[in-house]
Amino acid sequence: MMLHYFLRRAFLISFVFVALTVLAFSLSYLFPGEVLNNVSGLTTIEPEQRQALIQYYALDQSVLMQYLAYLNRILDGEWGLSFSSQQPVLAEIFAVFPATLELASYALILSFVLGIPLGLFAAVKADHFFGKLISGITLVAYSIPIFWWALLLIMLFSLTLGLLPTAGRINVLFDIPTSTGFMLPDILLSDISYKSEAIMDALRHLLLPAVVLATYPTTVMIRFTRDSMLMVLEQSYIKTARAKGLSRTQVLYHHGLRNALLPVIRQIGLQFSTLITLAMITEVIFSWPGLGQWLLDSIYQRNYPAIQGGLLVVSCLVIVVNMLTEILHTLFNPLARKV
Amino acid sequence: MIKALLSLMVPCGSVLFLSACLPDIPETIQQGMVYCAEGSPETFNPQRVTSGTTIDAISQQLYDRLLDIDPASGELIPALATQWRLSEDGKTYWFTLRQNVQFHHTAFFSPGRTFNAQDVTFTFNRITHTEHPYHAVGGAVYPYFQSVDWSSLVKAVVAENDSTVRFELNRPDSSFLSNLATDFAAILSAEYAEQLLQQSKAELLDQKPVGTGPFFFKEYKKNQFIRYYRHPEYWRGKVELSQLVFDLVPDNAKRMAKLLTHECDVVAYPRNAELKLIAERPDVEVQSQVSMNVGFWAFNTQKPPFDNVLVRKALAYAINKDAILDAVYFGYADKAKTLLPPTSWAFYQDLPEQQYDPSKAKELLAQAGYPRGFSMDIWAMPVQRLYNPNALKMAELMQADLAKIGVKASIVSFEWNSFRRKLSEFEHDSVLIGWAADNADPDNFFRPLLSCSAAGSGSNRANWCDPNFDNLINQALLTADIKQRRSFYLTAQLYLDEQMPLVSIAHSKRFQAKSVKITGVTINPYGGISMAAARKAL
Repeated sequence: MMLHYFLRRAFLISFVFVALTVLAFSLSYLFPGEVLNNVSGLTTIEPEQRQALIQYYALDQSVLMQYLAYLNRILDGEWGLSFSSQQPVLAEIFAVFPATLELASYALILSFVLGIPLGLFAAVKADHFFGKLISGITLVAYSIPIFWWALLLIMLFSLTLGLLPTAGRINVLFDIPTSTGFMLPDILLSDISYKSEAIMDALRHLLLPAVVLATYPTTVMIRFTRDSMLMVLEQSYIKTARAKGLSRTQVLYHHGLRNALLPVIRQIGLQFSTLITLAMITEVIFSWPGLGQWLLDSIYQRNYPAIQGGLLVVSCLVIVVNMLTEILHTLFNPLARKV
Repeated sequence: MIKALLSLMVPCGSVLFLSACLPDIPETIQQGMVYCAEGSPETFNPQRVTSGTTIDAISQQLYDRLLDIDPASGELIPALATQWRLSEDGKTYWFTLRQNVQFHHTAFFSPGRTFNAQDVTFTFNRITHTEHPYHAVGGAVYPYFQSVDWSSLVKAVVAENDSTVRFELNRPDSSFLSNLATDFAAILSAEYAEQLLQQSKAELLDQKPVGTGPFFFKEYKKNQFIRYYRHPEYWRGKVELSQLVFDLVPDNAKRMAKLLTHECDVVAYPRNAELKLIAERPDVEVQSQVSMNVGFWAFNTQKPPFDNVLVRKALAYAINKDAILDAVYFGYADKAKTLLPPTSWAFYQDLPEQQYDPSKAKELLAQAGYPRGFSMDIWAMPVQRLYNPNALKMAELMQADLAKIGVKASIVSFEWNSFRRKLSEFEHDSVLIGWAADNADPDNFFRPLLSCSAAGSGSNRANWCDPNFDNLINQALLTADIKQRRSFYLTAQLYLDEQMPLVSIAHSKRFQAKSVKITGVTINPYGGISMAAARKAL
């Protein structure tokens, strides 16, 4: 039964991937400039190279063959060169992607840790002053434009109070060798003598961007947890459980929470693309050297191979995360499998 | 929770006294300095660029030259060459080289010998010998040397023995020594080049540099930072800073913010608008220096209607320079009469000033056959430069000025690297850009900017090639008599005023903001910044 479900999902996903690669593939033709340059990423092509390159990229064959050749190259990890640096696009993505992933995951964790308890609290105390306060603040935080919020925090904590740095992942004087690309693990893996100071410094750099990025998902989390908890609390099985003599907390944790969190899990998947977009904005504001900053630079530089590669990676990531949360949702909720 | 957060923000008291409370921090960090630069370097070989951003970041930190320019007097002083002498006919120079100068010992190269004549011949033969194994590496582009017509000037560079090098010239050239003292004439390691050649990794010579300068290269992350460490065996003596990081922050506001939060120790190009504000802070010091530079508006003189001198003059009359000086330079610049700044010895004091006169401009346009005006592009460079701190704003002001005489201007801008590439291919109508001198010689303004050879190499933004003008500046170099040279340069300035291939706008002062804890970082009027003497108080 479960296997059948996964197969069906995988089948659906494969269609999405095909559509995505077709789009990315067609960009080489839609972007201005010569197709051969866009496909290979070479800025200058010598006349004597040209024929060999055309053959290599199958540009002398039908569009279908070109597309298949493109798929082949994508799977082989050959994503062309970046116009601006003439380095392989995939290697550049691998160099910047961990920073984005690191920031996004800390923000997501933060939003779980804050959002779910606050949402529960707001639901339980729905008519209480604190419940209303939480709902009010949530609405304000949900409506604040993130770039403005980020600037406010920088002005307060960095410029006025001088407590936190404004940009980057770590004090640039700290020479941390890159092994995983994730800052905190890298510090732990390195053989420097000042690890605790470096960790502290990295956390200080992380704090503001993570808070800024977590703001939106936290509010979403609070609102959804609260709404779905309120709904669950209305259900007759809760009343039954109460009537059977279970205490309020017992009912809340054993019957309420699990059922209330189901729609929340689904929300994570749906909100993930928004999170990535917000991560890009956050990266630009805090000069966080991640995928978002890199992609924006590429757009500004009209670096077509890089835009293409970045688009593919970001959309694949969104799809994969969507799929994972969908599966997670199903694992927790047997009803969904039948749909 | 709140306590934990607070302790995260404020490790033992205050972050301002970071070093005092973190005893485990090694010396490389405590004695490290962060210089916040305005852009990424294009390469790590000064021969291959003219951009001030790149030169600031690489030249004086990593390399030495045969000669240096004394920043105070503008005179040539010994560097890697201890002395030099010139033959009777002015065509041969001999240089005696300094002994026991060590090259950098880095993760990728261990020098087997000290600096000698081979390194000098390697460095200069790379530029001139087309069959040299390194000549074509990186596309055979040596913009500064091409702009001063180096290949036709230098006949041969010969190592007479380990410590003597002979330069044979095809003709006498009074700017030759000045050119050797520019940041572009940095001495590379022939031994390192040889080693890379054997490993077939020749392109690394310009990416992972080895020189004799005060710092050695550790790491470069594009658009993020460049990391240098102190060169322990620097020939001039001990370098105080143990680490030097160039934090690459193209955004002006962010650079200023980082200065205020002490993330940057020194900030390049603070915005003129904010100078007064930051100078009031007790922890920040603003330095200024009269600088040899010029911001100008160059016309693509090969493209109609800009091939018509009347049109160029009309456009020059249409521009209100005073308004630009106020709005773009905030008064921190001198209005330019001509290419040369007033501090140059060849400056033409009595040259009539270009007036702002829209009606005269209209008249000239009508004479040229454009009574109703035309439409054109103004390319505004996307980065902040000393000679033009805000090209976009300048373009907007000019757009309004030009509208008054019926010329419809559109503003064009690209990312810096593409911008420069397209400029070299002369895709522009007109461009707002400028030039910062690399040495004190007036030739350094005229030749790289407006000579025919510079039009070939792309650094002549006006794409202007005039044999009369070339003749004048060539004649000026044939004599060492300063009075004679001066009269040639005065004629050249007069001729430029007639022909107007570009409109000189302003000579700006150069500013730098730094933490009061840093001393010894001074702005060099003749080129890149040097950190060799920088110190950081704890």
